[in-house]
Amino acid sequence: MSLKNEKIKIAVNDLNLFYGKDQALKGVNLEVAENKVTAFIGPSGCGKSTLLRCFNRMNDLVDICRIEGEIMLDGENIYQKGIDVAELRRSVGMVFQKPNPFPKSIYENVAYGLRLQGVKSKRILDEAVEEALQGAALWDEVKDRLDVNAFGLSGGQQQRLVIARAIAIQPDVLLLDEPASALDPISTLKIEELIHQLKERFTILIVTHNMQQAARVSDYTAFMYMGDMVEFGKTNDIFTNPTKKQTEDYITGRYG
Amino acid sequence: MRDQVLRLITGLAALVAGLLLLLILAELVRASWPALTGLPVKAWLFSGHWAPGDGQFGLGAMLASSLAVSVLALAIAAPAGILIGAWLHLSAPAWIAVPLRALQGVMAGIPSVVYGFWGLITLVPLVNQWAPPGAVLITAVLVLALMILPLSVLVTDAALHQVPARSLQAARALALSRWGTFRQVMWPTVRGSIASGVVLQFGRALGETLAVLMVAGNVIRWPGSLTEPVRTITANIALEMGYASGLHSQVLFLSGLILLLLVMACMLLVRGGLRG
Repeated sequence: MSLKNEKIKIAVNDLNLFYGKDQALKGVNLEVAENKVTAFIGPSGCGKSTLLRCFNRMNDLVDICRIEGEIMLDGENIYQKGIDVAELRRSVGMVFQKPNPFPKSIYENVAYGLRLQGVKSKRILDEAVEEALQGAALWDEVKDRLDVNAFGLSGGQQQRLVIARAIAIQPDVLLLDEPASALDPISTLKIEELIHQLKERFTILIVTHNMQQAARVSDYTAFMYMGDMVEFGKTNDIFTNPTKKQTEDYITGRYG
Repeated sequence: MRDQVLRLITGLAALVAGLLLLLILAELVRASWPALTGLPVKAWLFSGHWAPGDGQFGLGAMLASSLAVSVLALAIAAPAGILIGAWLHLSAPAWIAVPLRALQGVMAGIPSVVYGFWGLITLVPLVNQWAPPGAVLITAVLVLALMILPLSVLVTDAALHQVPARSLQAARALALSRWGTFRQVMWPTVRGSIASGVVLQFGRALGETLAVLMVAGNVIRWPGSLTEPVRTITANIALEMGYASGLHSQVLFLSGLILLLLVMACMLLVRGGLRG
């Protein structure tokens, strides 16, 4: 499916990924719309997380992993030679399944990426930290204790903290790998509301095995099965009127 | 039932271990009691004048020498060990890392007399060319540093293995360099265990007797220079215990008591640090 009336942020062209002899992604084609939420759903092992990790080249460090095809980000193939992976990861931020703050204060966690870029001014850092924490809907809860260790926060707060850490360096794209699966329902709701706000500023790709969540937060949904991109379309269409039998079986809970 | 038996056995073992330490402590206090009560503190703790034949029992110089040798050895071995351990963990190719780790284990297990012997045969003549007589403070420091180094490497390496994989993943996603990951993510996680390791190594260094005795020169004087012989408190016990009697022997026990208390203080520091 080709996206109409959308600005294309990312285009995946014939992407194949192998772990040794096993093929984890089979000729995936996909377009991701700017400032929209694209959800990847499918049963465990279908390749959705593997695909997500292709967008910031997190698979590079797996020795036996081999990738063919291309991923165009703003018209440039992120797998071509000479791409600065560090630069790529500054524009494509990632949030993982389990919150993974650094063993530092709340402030330092958020200021982290900016310090890495050489920002030293206390004033600029203060502003950026507040803005990022506001953006992650965490500011009001932590503004009086920015210097306490991040490990003291609850799981849901930690997850919003790592979202703040990711958005503090002003990426274009956010990758969310089952960001709420380790959280309680209220924290999950907060993350979902947050995703709605964040898409005004970022292009968001989210992997989830919670179909209701995909239906609630995303504009587009891709259903994957055994490394194949089975169906991709507007979230509404996928959930109300799927064209493929496999998709229908999955969303009606017949397997997965 | 099984659980209760197991609890009983382990409980007894723990009790015996604790009691043994208390017994040693009590015996040291008992054996050194006449010296403790008979001599003024400044005569044994602060004086550097040790001449048992003339009734002079100043342990100060030897205590200071023990501390100097241990601190200096640690100042070399701890940073070096941390760097080697970090390198092993972060950048060393497997064909080096695997045998090197095994080698550290072997080095940690070599009897101290072997280190002392090596120091005596190899290091002392070497140092002698530059600072005669060769058996001097710096020689003891180097031998001791070499003995502690493998412990320091192993402690660092083991601590780094405890850094959670998801922290490392976060670092990668934020495009941290290897060094940045070490300094910003791994170091804050492991510095507590590494600090504990350093204190334990200090205790080990303080108690090391034979290797130091073989290369330190054993002249009793305040440690003032790297190139002069010193005698550590442990070396003094080993050298004189065989023929000491009366007050002389009691002061030797007293020096043992001081050592034990110092090492126990180190352990308490570690426990307190771990809790904090």
